Amino acid sequence: MTQDTAQPVAAVGDAPRPPDGTDPALLMELYRQMVLIRRFEEKCQEMYTKAKIGGFLHLYIGEEATGVGAVSALREGDHIFTHYRDHGHAIARGLDINALMAELFGKVTGTGKGLGGSMHFADASKQFWGGYALVGCHLLLAVGTALGDTMQRKPGVTMVFFGDGATNGGEFYEALNFAQLWKLPVVFVCENNLYAMGTPLEVHSSVTEIYRKAAAFDMRAERVDGNDVLVMREAALRAVDHARSGQGPVLLEAMTYRFRGHSAQDVQKYRSKEDVERRRSGDPIEVFRRQLLAWGVIAAADLRTLEHTIDDQVEAAVQFAEASDEPGVEWIRQSGVYAAAITVDPPIHGE
Amino acid sequence: MTTTEQTLLEAIRGAMHDALAWDARVVVLGEDVAVKGGVFLATDGLLERFGALRVIDMPIAEAGIVGVAIGMALHGLRPVAEIQFADYLYPAIDQILNEAARMRYRSNGDWNCPLVIRAPFGGGIHGALYHSQSVEALFTSTPGLKVVVPATPHDARGLLLAAIADPDPVLFLEHKRLYRTLRGPVATGQGATVPLGVAACRRPGRDVSIITYGAMVHESLRAADALAHEGVDLEVIDLRTLVPLDRDAVLATVRRTGRALIVSEDNLTGGFAGEIAAVIAEHGFADLDAPVRRLAAPDVPAVPFSETLEDAFMVSAAKIMTAARELARY
Ligand SMILES: Cc1ncc(C[n+]2csc(CCOP(=O)(O)OP(=O)(O)O)c2C)c(N)n1
Ligand SMILES: [Mg+2]
Repeated sequence: MTQDTAQPVAAVGDAPRPPDGTDPALLMELYRQMVLIRRFEEKCQEMYTKAKIGGFLHLYIGEEATGVGAVSALREGDHIFTHYRDHGHAIARGLDINALMAELFGKVTGTGKGLGGSMHFADASKQFWGGYALVGCHLLLAVGTALGDTMQRKPGVTMVFFGDGATNGGEFYEALNFAQLWKLPVVFVCENNLYAMGTPLEVHSSVTEIYRKAAAFDMRAERVDGNDVLVMREAALRAVDHARSGQGPVLLEAMTYRFRGHSAQDVQKYRSKEDVERRRSGDPIEVFRRQLLAWGVIAAADLRTLEHTIDDQVEAAVQFAEASDEPGVEWIRQSGVYAAAITVDPPIHGE
Repeated sequence: MTTTEQTLLEAIRGAMHDALAWDARVVVLGEDVAVKGGVFLATDGLLERFGALRVIDMPIAEAGIVGVAIGMALHGLRPVAEIQFADYLYPAIDQILNEAARMRYRSNGDWNCPLVIRAPFGGGIHGALYHSQSVEALFTSTPGLKVVVPATPHDARGLLLAAIADPDPVLFLEHKRLYRTLRGPVATGQGATVPLGVAACRRPGRDVSIITYGAMVHESLRAADALAHEGVDLEVIDLRTLVPLDRDAVLATVRRTGRALIVSEDNLTGGFAGEIAAVIAEHGFADLDAPVRRLAAPDVPAVPFSETLEDAFMVSAAKIMTAARELARY
């Protein structure tokens, strides 16, 4: 099979009007999700600085169009796996931001009852199987749910997110090979933000066009502008369709950029402030906002109202998290180590 | 020989710097070790000083890093590989246990595998499921591999230099919570190594022996200071090296106090504390005035994120005091 490479849709960014048949309500919804992610992330940074949030924090700022565009192509019943930079995907999938903020605060009302924190958001009811902190490991899990859907004759598609840095490890190749061998319904979304932590793409990967790695498996692949939410959505729709119709997996390489450090503690020795500033002029949210106004899809006043509503929701999430209870310490053991708890007799000293 | 005040992190960075300067065979490799200077900045400045052939940024593939390092070690180099968190040793476990640990044995003692794998480990930093683990027991149970856990800046430098000079593979576990919080005098200079396999008595005492390693050395010393006010006198032994284990030091302290409390940050079942308990039971039985007691983390698969849960999960000075008090009274 040939590579379906670059040149996907005409650059919608320059189009004088939205793509034919695009529902204005959908455009607004995509914009809403992107802004919600941005504001949520900015608030996380603020709460981290105030030491309300601890541990490791990997923000999605700058990459919103990728996650929102890709997830918008999924239906109920589809699966998502993602990496530790998981806030954006969780919000795009509609996880409750109160529960997400509470998780970051380590509260019992969080998505993981405070056990997991930032890197491990999850919601089984939405088949959002969570963030995984070991780079690359979750690609295989995604192949497994896709095989599960296939064997049980369910129509689900599994979408799995990972970074450019994750495409150098064995799991990536194991996952692509097996998924293609069995024509499994998996959409692999590589968020190519040009860095693996502090190592630039050209230093860590012998092939810098990640989509070309799929060629080794005769797998369909596309490189798309992940900073254009409509381009991303179109590519994801094509990929999901391909996967769901039994034609096999697809690798999407979404070109994007993170505006913040790898994590909240990163001093970013590996790139200059000017590099980041230059990129900021193409901020996916700003670009989309200008498009919506230029297309006359929505009035500026309505956009501002929406943005204020989002600010209020994020503020309310902080208050919800603040007001929530800490998990009780008995939860360390009661949270479920085995389906049927094993009691030790005689008991361990001091317990 | 001069002595300077350094953090644990500075001591480790200094040891690598000097090893690179003194020995042309030494190479540092790992994810983000060059341009970024390491996830914890342990290798900061080494690229600028020694260049890209001696300080190598590796792709995210731990089996690859260790496998390549094994080959380099077989072929005359002295690789010092960094694995960003001990939790990510697991993807490389086949290379470490099946290959590195067996090179000497499979060659009837002919081949050297002078490889050092450094990895930050341990909890107390809200790292949750995959950034907090104590992994030592997985490695101490495989002969052929040495396992080192420094607890002071001085030892970190001295043991790391000794590990790099050692002809066998060494897993070097650095407690990440101590990186910047712990400062102390460090003897520098080429001769200032600390031998592998020798424990240190951090505090002499009469009533109960605390046998421990890593960050728990400091929790134990805090507990000892506090219990001194109650008239309970703790002796604190820092093992420094788990393999080879300084059995003499373990048995000698039990001989002095007759009571052994083994403290480990890892969970209890199958942890390294059990090995120490077995050594005492087999060889120190006659010296005991009380049963050997282990204090460790709960038997659950991961360290929880929430500060409240993590605090309750971790072994602390307060828990050590309670256990030591009970043992002293036995
Ligand atoms: C197995 C493993 N090795 C190393 C790490 C440490 N680490 C966390 S994120 C990261 C960089 C990943 O880069 P990339 O895949 O490009 O994703 P990005 O963070 O850019 O979204 C590294 C090395 C890890 N989490 N897991
Ligand atoms: Mg990346």
